[in-house]
Amino acid sequence: MLSALLIMTGIALVLGAALGYAAIRFKVEGDPLVEKIDAILPQTQCGQCSYPGCKPYAEAIAKGEADINQCPPGGEEGIRKLADLLGREFKPLSEEHGVEKPKSVALIDEQTCIGCTLCIQACPVDAIVGAAKQMHTVVEPLCTGCELCLAPCPVDCITMVQIPDTVQTWKWKYPVIELRKSA
Amino acid sequence: MIARLFNFHGGVKPDAHKNESANAPIQPAPMPSRLVVPLRQSTRATARCIVSPGQHVLKGERIGDPEGTLGTAVHAPTSGTVVEFGLHPLAHPSGLNTRCVVIEPDGEDRWVERHPFDYHTATREQALAQLRDCGIVGLGGATFPSHVKLGRGSGIDTLILNGAECEPWITCDDRLMRERAADILAGASILRELIGARRLVVGIEDNKPEAIAAMQAAAGGIEGDVAVVAVPSLYPAGGEKQLIRVLTGVEIPYGKLGAEFGVQCFNVGTAHAVYRALAHGEPLISRVLTLTGNVSRPGNYEVLIGTPISHLLALCAPKPDTDRTLMGGPMMGFALPRLDVPVVKGTNCIISASPTLFPPPQPEQPCIRCGECARACPAELQPFELYWFSRALNFGKAQEYNLFDCIECGCCSYVCPSHIPLVDYYRFAKSEIWAREREKSAADQARDRFEFRNYRQEREKEEKAAKLAAKAAETRAKMADKGAAEEAPANADADPKKALIAAALARAKAQKEAAPVRNTEALSPETEKEIAEIDARRIKAALIDPATPAGDTPSERSPESTS
Repeated sequence: MLSALLIMTGIALVLGAALGYAAIRFKVEGDPLVEKIDAILPQTQCGQCSYPGCKPYAEAIAKGEADINQCPPGGEEGIRKLADLLGREFKPLSEEHGVEKPKSVALIDEQTCIGCTLCIQACPVDAIVGAAKQMHTVVEPLCTGCELCLAPCPVDCITMVQIPDTVQTWKWKYPVIELRKSA
Repeated sequence: MIARLFNFHGGVKPDAHKNESANAPIQPAPMPSRLVVPLRQSTRATARCIVSPGQHVLKGERIGDPEGTLGTAVHAPTSGTVVEFGLHPLAHPSGLNTRCVVIEPDGEDRWVERHPFDYHTATREQALAQLRDCGIVGLGGATFPSHVKLGRGSGIDTLILNGAECEPWITCDDRLMRERAADILAGASILRELIGARRLVVGIEDNKPEAIAAMQAAAGGIEGDVAVVAVPSLYPAGGEKQLIRVLTGVEIPYGKLGAEFGVQCFNVGTAHAVYRALAHGEPLISRVLTLTGNVSRPGNYEVLIGTPISHLLALCAPKPDTDRTLMGGPMMGFALPRLDVPVVKGTNCIISASPTLFPPPQPEQPCIRCGECARACPAELQPFELYWFSRALNFGKAQEYNLFDCIECGCCSYVCPSHIPLVDYYRFAKSEIWAREREKSAADQARDRFEFRNYRQEREKEEKAAKLAAKAAETRAKMADKGAAEEAPANADADPKKALIAAALARAKAQKEAAPVRNTEALSPETEKEIAEIDARRIKAALIDPATPAGDTPSERSPESTS
């Protein structure tokens, strides 16, 4: 009886020590789920999800505070990926957070720009260059199309321009012709 | 000499249709009224325009500078005037525009000064730079820059010259080998020297006996180990990996290049262009292409780059029932979305298609899992799996099944009993995967920049706070120095802000006391008198209390009193 107790206690101690060691040795910094969710999000940093950036939204999803259908730039495909990752049901994009739009970039009308720097401060990815009372311009390849610079502009000189297809970015069409029920 | 030939997996035997144009000698195509030269001569790099409208250029004068590692120069195909630099449609399935230089020929066709390049005395780098500056790209269709392909100067044992021309209908390489065998082999021996290969093997499909004979006759004049080998006619024997397999038995695994196995492959047309570039200093401004299909006069023409396709079609006179025009062969080519597009360096064939010659595709039926496509696939893939994954948009899985090993040869679609356009699915999946990769790298960049911006804002905030704290500490230290112990040090400890305000007040008071009003000292009698008068007026106007000394309340002076 006593030997059995001792053996069990011994095993418990050994396993406990091993687990304790493993918990320290293989500790994962940060939340890997947040990283995974963040990797799916489009990194537009537009805040349409009502969080200040993609990472905060990813954290909110991981905590269960936010739903997976609040990201318009990610679109339906993004929602599907999130649903797959989190084992949830797919749901259509929530309308209150916006609609999916074709990818665009901001364009500053340089004739109208007064050089107020408000758009520079609003840009989440530092894609606008310029200085006070100097003309500003958008560095196109860096622009995520978040539209955050549109509202602060006092002279409304920023417009969103859809990125045209070029020979480099042109894609072959999906060969399947979808059949739709006619009305 | 090659001891034996090997087989590659799969392959198909479509009707060759070579006889239509194979007996027509290469003729120069007449000069069009306008040449539209795209600065993008491959899908990888666009040259930078260095001419402006109105400028006169000579034949072979450079109009585009190479940009990037994969860039090659672009030259004026004839002498004339640059009339425009703008966007024009490209011969591409998308029909999208690209930057082009439009040249109006002056009819003189006057060459720029040409100098033969002595590659024996020059270094390898100089020779490769000469090829880049002459705009030499692979003329087999992929238009990969030759100087990059030659980049590795060591470790290559065998140079293969690709004269297989396995696609049906095309005869431009066949004619080139028949008529210019010596030039091709001279170019090949230059390539062999530049790449440091020991032997040279020319692979030609056995349905071109005249070309084989011509090349064999010319091979006698070339030093070293040269072999001209007839390979069995089986589509796609002209695929790079397939030809390497047939001639050397080397099977190139996934993601590797022939160069890693000591084999490098060049098209015969490229060898010819290399010869012209080095031996004569002529840039690549024209190429041989086949006009065939449903036409009255099929033929092979030496065509200037930038010649509109519609101009060429007038030469071969398509029959009335022609319904579309293909660029490239019927297996790998594509239907041109429009006919005003120019010939580019990769254009080897223009086929006029009619419903009788090229019946419209039959309706696609469900896959019956017969496995015919896997038997035909020369890349030894599982086309049906790739088809399912591509159709289901499961691109990750398609990549796991080595979608990018697919050479888009069209064998699978050719044999499919359900008439599934399999290659369309693979092209779609590949372009989607590329687009996703571009998006992903853009997203990664945006994430980095966003995180850096947040970090920067945080840092700026901290720096500001630190500066303020330092200033506060300095003031407090000064206060302590001044022996302001009686000014409630206990209070200062309890509320540093209040202490600061108190200190500031005390400082202001002290300053006021220390600095008396200067303009009331040492006054002259006149000024004193004046002041007294002014004060009297003020008292009269009841503006100030007579007890207040003059000069102490300058801010209280009303405008009336000063006037």
